[in-house]
This record gives sequence, structure tokens and C-alpha cells, in this order.
Amino acid sequence: MALVKAFTQFVDPPTGTTTDVAGGGASVRSPKIETSQMGFFYGTHQALRDISLKINECAVTALIGPSGCGKSTYLRSLNRMNDIIEGTRVTGSVKVDGEDIYAKDVDVVSLRKRVGMVFQKSTPFPKSIFDNVSFGPRIAGLTNRAQLTEIVEKSLQQAALWNEVKDRMRESAMALSGGQQQRLCIARALATSPEILLMDEPASALDPASTARIEDLIFELKQNYTIVIVTHNMQQAARISEITAFFCQGRLVEVGQTKQLFTNPTQKETEDYITGRFG
Amino acid sequence: MSSAGPSRRDNKPISLQRTFSWQRLREEVIRCLLFGCALLSVATTLAIIFVLVTESLVGIPPQTAFFQDVSWREFFFGTTWTPQFAEAQQHFGIAPLVCGTLLITGISGLIGLPAGLMIAVYLSEYATPRARSICKPLLELLAGVPTVVYGYFGLRFLTPYVLIPFFKQMGFSIYGFNALCGGIVVGIMIIPMVASLSEDVLRAVPSSLRESGYALGATKFDVSARIVVPSALSGVLASFLLALSRSIGETMAVAICAGNSPNLTLNPFASIQTMTAFIVNVMQGEVVAGSTLEKSLYAVALVLFLMTLSMNLVSQIILNRYREVYQ
Repeated sequence: MALVKAFTQFVDPPTGTTTDVAGGGASVRSPKIETSQMGFFYGTHQALRDISLKINECAVTALIGPSGCGKSTYLRSLNRMNDIIEGTRVTGSVKVDGEDIYAKDVDVVSLRKRVGMVFQKSTPFPKSIFDNVSFGPRIAGLTNRAQLTEIVEKSLQQAALWNEVKDRMRESAMALSGGQQQRLCIARALATSPEILLMDEPASALDPASTARIEDLIFELKQNYTIVIVTHNMQQAARISEITAFFCQGRLVEVGQTKQLFTNPTQKETEDYITGRFG
Repeated sequence: MSSAGPSRRDNKPISLQRTFSWQRLREEVIRCLLFGCALLSVATTLAIIFVLVTESLVGIPPQTAFFQDVSWREFFFGTTWTPQFAEAQQHFGIAPLVCGTLLITGISGLIGLPAGLMIAVYLSEYATPRARSICKPLLELLAGVPTVVYGYFGLRFLTPYVLIPFFKQMGFSIYGFNALCGGIVVGIMIIPMVASLSEDVLRAVPSSLRESGYALGATKFDVSARIVVPSALSGVLASFLLALSRSIGETMAVAICAGNSPNLTLNPFASIQTMTAFIVNVMQGEVVAGSTLEKSLYAVALVLFLMTLSMNLVSQIILNRYREVYQ
């Protein structure tokens, strides 16, 4: 019994004080991502206000909240995907490993290599499976065939897709099923070996079996990657994440240990949302 | 019973028998009218095919058709085209005309297709809405210039002030009428067509594909060249084929710039004659009705028709296949 306890303590070190849950269990480590007093504007419309959130390394952080609450906007601002949309503006600071990613001298292309992203809709390129997964390394300038093959195999294995596609690398990725396509997109994101993986409702368009596979996959991936996931499915957030942040109307209402937030929320709004009284 | 629903004034049931009514007659007339309009274009095409076939393939007696006067072998394999000469020296080998046409088409393709595609990529991927709103009307303006004006521009400006000084200096002999000028001018002419058709298919590529590319650390050029254009490749190819079929059929500008000498040559500095230019040239002169010269017009037109038709069909097939990918 004592041994078991010691073991669980070893794999799951006691967290810091409850007030530091956002820095969750890692007062020794600095957070991987840190936003402070961040605001976000689409033109004149303010979509996010005063978001201060620390996201831990090698953990899963879930962002939940009603539609239009800004959680996707927040996620997309972490690798500056919103730059593509005209007239958007960020205030406050967004730091990855302590570096402000909105600073003038930041190269967006290198940032996105470190901060990968998986979207709600699977978006395989109309190319072969191999070309899809090797896309990232190739645009980064890697041409060595053997190295590319190695990366593709490793990424597909990490995404739990290798066994299903290893004999059909030359086939079009469009021929895969929806769940396979989504895992292919995850493999493609992993191939650039990012440190952070942003997932925007990665399983919302999938059937329960495929969703379960993606969740297992996320569980595996958090050993090596910092994962931030937006989800509408609260059971999913409860199943896979350590930390949950609840957004509402562009504000961060509450953030805490997932278990704590779901069983004993401190804010009335959070409670209303997770008990299904609104949203 | 009657209190349940809205009651009709008389309780006679509505007859389901078809009877005459003005309303139905009007519907019928409108239907016929619209069908007639649709039929008009089909009928015109059929009439053109009928004329081309009867004048060149099978004549309606007592008339004979072109290929009943001239052998297939001479027409397709002969290398001399002198239908306007006296009978003894008259030769009907279409090779020089096809060669001239392909030379013009080739040069115009080399210029118009890359330029058109690059403009399309710029408009769909790079341009800000403001730049687009300036560029698009300018392209339409380019498309709206009459082809005669292009021809005149080629003959009076491009050849004497640009091409001749440039190539003379490099030691080439270049004529006042030359295929290069015709090709360049037609190339400029097809740019708006390629640009606008390609832009449509490039914009149809789902933006989620672009975002995925950017999320993998791709630059704008990576996304354009490795995702957007390959994804829309069949549509782009279709626009290329349509543009090339237009340059095959282009008449006035080529006739003005490239001259009217049916030479069997691939030398872009020489004067050539295209199929369309031949037809215009003969029509402007005096043609004896029923002569072999007159019939040769139809034979050339038939070949031209088949060339452009097949290119349009191929591009249609490619476009249809492309649409299926994104459904």
C-alpha cells in the first residue's frame, strides 16, 4: 500500500497550492505558454478581454465554453493563425517559453513549426498519404528520402495510423475514412516535431469509436507534447485533460484542475454551464 | 363535417379531368418559347456542322465536296499550300497552315499561360481586397480590347520598335511580318482569360487547406505553389486548354502580325499563315463559287473546328472531374 502510494506520488507529484492551479503542479517549472491581460479584436469588435492563463508543459489543457465565447479565437492566437484574417489585433502579451510571440522580430513561420495545430474538419491535402505527412518537413527544406520516410513512419505510428496505412503510402489521402483522415492530420502536425499541439475540436465531426481513438492518442501524446484542446464535449474535457479553462463571452471565467472545476466550481457561471443550465 | 375545414362555396368536387384553360395555354406557350431559344444555339451548331461536312466530306449531288476533288493523302500529308495559284500549281497540303497555327498557339501559350496563372495566384492568394478591386477591372479592360487593335499594336509597335531592333542586334534575320509577334500578341490576349478562369478555381480551394498549410509552418509561397495550385490543378489545366483553343481560333491579330505566307517552318522570325488567316485572306479576295479553292475553305474550317472542339471537350471533362473532388 505504501509502495503504491509512493509510486503514485512519483508519477503524479503533488500539485502546488490550489490558488496556483493554473500553474498546476509545476511551481518549479515555468509555464509553456503564458498569456497575460490578453485582448483580441476583430476590427472594432473585442472578442477576448483580459485573458491571463498559464499553460503547463506536457499536459492537456481543455478550453470549454458556449459557442462564440472566444475559446477558438484564443487557441488560434497561440500560433498566430488569426494573422491570416484581415483587421485582427492582439493586446497584452502571449508568451511561449517566456518569449513574446507577437513581438516585432518573431518569425511566424518558425513559431508555427513549434506550435502545431489540428483543426475541427480534417483537411488532408489532395496528395498521397506519404506526401501529406512529409509536407511539413519538406517545406522546411528536408529532401533526404530516407530521413523523410523515417519521419513519416514515426509520425504515423505516434498518430496510431501506421498499421492501417503502411501498405498504401502512395494512395490518395482523400480515400481514407473520416477518423483516419483526422489522425492523418495529427500525424502531419507531429511530423514537424512541434512542442505544442493546438487542437480545435478535433473529434467533433467523428463517430464515437473514432473519437475514442483520438482521445487515446491525446493521452499518449501528452507524454511529449503540450496539448491545448478546445472541446464542446464536457465529458471529453473531463476524460482527457488535467486543467480546464472555462470561457464565457470573451472572458476567462475560471480555470482549475479539471476534477475540481467539474465537481466543485467556484463561479456561478461555470456551475450553470457544466450542469447544462445554459449554453 | 363542413365545420372542420375552410368550407367551399359550392360543394361540387373539383374535377381532375384535363380541360382547356387559358392558364395552361400560357404555360405551354412560354415553355415552347424558352425551348425554342435553347434550340437556336443547338440548331446553329448543327447547321454549321452540316455545311462544313457537305462542303468538305460528302457533297450533295450535283455538287462535289472538297475531298472528292482532292485526295486525303495530299491534304493531310502534302507540304505545300498553294490553293490560290493556277490549277497546274495548285497544291492542297494543309501542313503549313497547321504548322503556322501551332507555332502561334505555342508561342502564345508560353507567354499567356504562365503569366495568366501567376496573375491568378496573385489575385487569389496575395492581393489585398483593395489591390484586387483595382486589378480585376484592368484585366477586364484588357479582355475588352478589340483583337484588331492588338494586331495593329503588334504590327506597328511591337515588331518595328521592340522585336526587330532586339533580334537584329543578336544577329537574327527577322521579317516585318513574323510569327513571334503574332504569338506574343495572342499570348497577351489570352492572359485575362487564363487569369480569371484560374482565379475562380484557385479561390474554390477550401480555405481550411490553406490554414492547415500555414499551421505547418508554410510560407505564403509554399501554400500557393504546393497546396492551392496542385489542389486546383485540373481546373487550371482546363483553363489552359480553353485559352489555347482560343489562340488556335484567333484570327485578326494573327493575320495582321504574322502575315499570309504559308511556309512550312517553325522559325518564329518568319512570316507564316494560320488556318484562320487563310480563310480571311481568301474571303477578302474573289472566290469563284464552287471552285476547289472555295471548298478548301470549308475543309480548313472543319479541321479548325475539330481541333477547338476536341480541346473544349477535354477541358470540360477535366473540369467535371475536378468538381467531383470537392463535393
